[in-house]
Amino acid sequence: MHISSAVREPLVTGGKSYGDVTYDIVRHVEGKPTKLWFAVMGFSLVLLSLGGFSLYKTWTIGIGAWGLNKTVGWAWDITNFVWWVGIGHAGTLISAVLLLFRQKWRTAVNRAAEAMTIFAVFCAGSFILMHMGRTWLAHWALPLPNTYGSLWVNFNSPLVWDVFAISTYLSVSLVFWYIGMVPDLATIRDRATKPLTKAIYGAFSLGWTGGAKHWQRYEAVSLILAAISTPLVLSVHTIVSMDFATSVIPGWHTTIFPPYFVAGAIFSGFAMVLTLLLVTRKVYKLEHYITMTHIETMNKIVMLTGSVVGVAYITEFFMAWYSGVEYEQYCFLNRMFGPYWWAYWSMMACNVFSPQLLWFKSIRRNLVATFTLSIIVNIGMWFERFVIIVSSLHRDYIPSSWRDFSPTIYDVGDYIFTFGLFFTLFFLFAKYLPVVNMAEVKSVLKSSTDKPSHKSH
Amino acid sequence: MSATNTKYIVGIFDDEEDVLHAIPHIKESGVKIHEVFTPFPVHGLDEVLGYQRSRIDIVAFLFGLTGFLSGLTMISYMLSFDWPMNIGGKSNMPFPDFIPVTFELTVLFTAFGMVITFLIISGLTPWTVPQIFDIRGTDDKFVMAIDLAHNKLSDEQIKEVLTSNGATEVNYKEFKS
Repeated sequence: MHISSAVREPLVTGGKSYGDVTYDIVRHVEGKPTKLWFAVMGFSLVLLSLGGFSLYKTWTIGIGAWGLNKTVGWAWDITNFVWWVGIGHAGTLISAVLLLFRQKWRTAVNRAAEAMTIFAVFCAGSFILMHMGRTWLAHWALPLPNTYGSLWVNFNSPLVWDVFAISTYLSVSLVFWYIGMVPDLATIRDRATKPLTKAIYGAFSLGWTGGAKHWQRYEAVSLILAAISTPLVLSVHTIVSMDFATSVIPGWHTTIFPPYFVAGAIFSGFAMVLTLLLVTRKVYKLEHYITMTHIETMNKIVMLTGSVVGVAYITEFFMAWYSGVEYEQYCFLNRMFGPYWWAYWSMMACNVFSPQLLWFKSIRRNLVATFTLSIIVNIGMWFERFVIIVSSLHRDYIPSSWRDFSPTIYDVGDYIFTFGLFFTLFFLFAKYLPVVNMAEVKSVLKSSTDKPSHKSH
Repeated sequence: MSATNTKYIVGIFDDEEDVLHAIPHIKESGVKIHEVFTPFPVHGLDEVLGYQRSRIDIVAFLFGLTGFLSGLTMISYMLSFDWPMNIGGKSNMPFPDFIPVTFELTVLFTAFGMVITFLIISGLTPWTVPQIFDIRGTDDKFVMAIDLAHNKLSDEQIKEVLTSNGATEVNYKEFKS
């Protein structure tokens, strides 16, 4: 009996050779920065400076500069923190979880996704530091010996767990990303003609030569890093959700939060990966590496996690009714029909309804539609966090404490600062580092190309 | 040629399949291979070269264990012994609350301990001057280096073995020692 399996679409198209892969990726690092790059970089730096000024004012005035009040003590700061840290989930998910599942399509997108992850976690971290108000006392969140008779941090508090989770996640992701980049940096070093370029990439490539013994250890290290990063990714947003879930505020105190937040994080992370990669792919002409199959696969993940998030919204609502707790019930009705109804319905429209369009293959494989949806999802996920935080807080138990929240210019300015930071770092990455993992793409090239050829450049 | 210099014969292969199939034949001919350099991890290469499996996993486990124990010890010491607090009459040793931080420290120690060990044992540092036999070894070629000092066969014989087993180029490479 003859059994034949369906032919998979190739991961790399265009009949690329190993030499072509090197050339297609490294030429962007070797070439002079283009006008377009200077333009977008300039724009990011303007955002960074405007935001930097706002940040300076926030530090000197204090967080009273924000629109917070006694009732709404958390608003844009924590909304933005959770939003950024959620976005910072896709990279490690792609490189770690998909490595364990042997999903070879990850090879073309993991480098850029991980870079994006790290920069997003930087932005998230900057909101943690900002919301402390006195940022220069940030080390008080660490268990350091001190002069108060060694009064330690409270390890019962999810906020302390968060300190450990975010800093571990950031540093381990950074290590994973850097170790994965070492062989590619060595490629750039070996091709470099200018002494300075050779010296800089030489130092960062740690004297890598690609010896078989080194590769053997490198692969073992990558696999173990992937194995420990997988539960790490899941733990980070679980712990972020516990900042809310372990409290006693109606609307926050629900056990569904950890899985619901993790799904939301993957959802928004993949949306941001799509936003950035669609542009990178176009500008760098990477259509043969990041193919329609890649985009479609990522869209499927967006659709799946979007639906998980939708089910979570409905479950929350059902549980509020089923619990019989009137405060919980009021909180959810207030979300839908209260003063912040527009935020709630924006969230529903962006996160639950719009990703359902991705059931259609023609939309999954349409670049304009994908790009638009990825931005809609990111807007929706921002509203989700805003709804959870502000709409649960603004109606306190005593009606005399009811207050609405409206952002000040410094709320907006600090958010702009993180955008400036994110894009500045991403554009620096896109220019000076290889945006696609060349070594990994080469390793899947032969088993998955449409036309094997071995000509060299 | 000074006596202190190390001299190598470098065989260049165009394809990972060629180099994988060539290695057993080259070894049979009595040539000792110094190392093979490839632009990406070629599976099975460590086996045909006769390398033992990497024991970095054991290192990772030990660092993980260290992180786990340090985390648990630190938190229990601080919260339960050094400054115990009565929080609603609850236990001073609430282990479920220790799980998140202990877990994060386990991961942190594993990752950093393992990666630093890997870099040290492989001699990978920012100031390492790499021995590059052929710069195309990080691009699109598969580079086999043969140390002449450790081989009894003559240069010509080694070259012959390499070319007859699929090497597309054979060069000399000398490093000052």
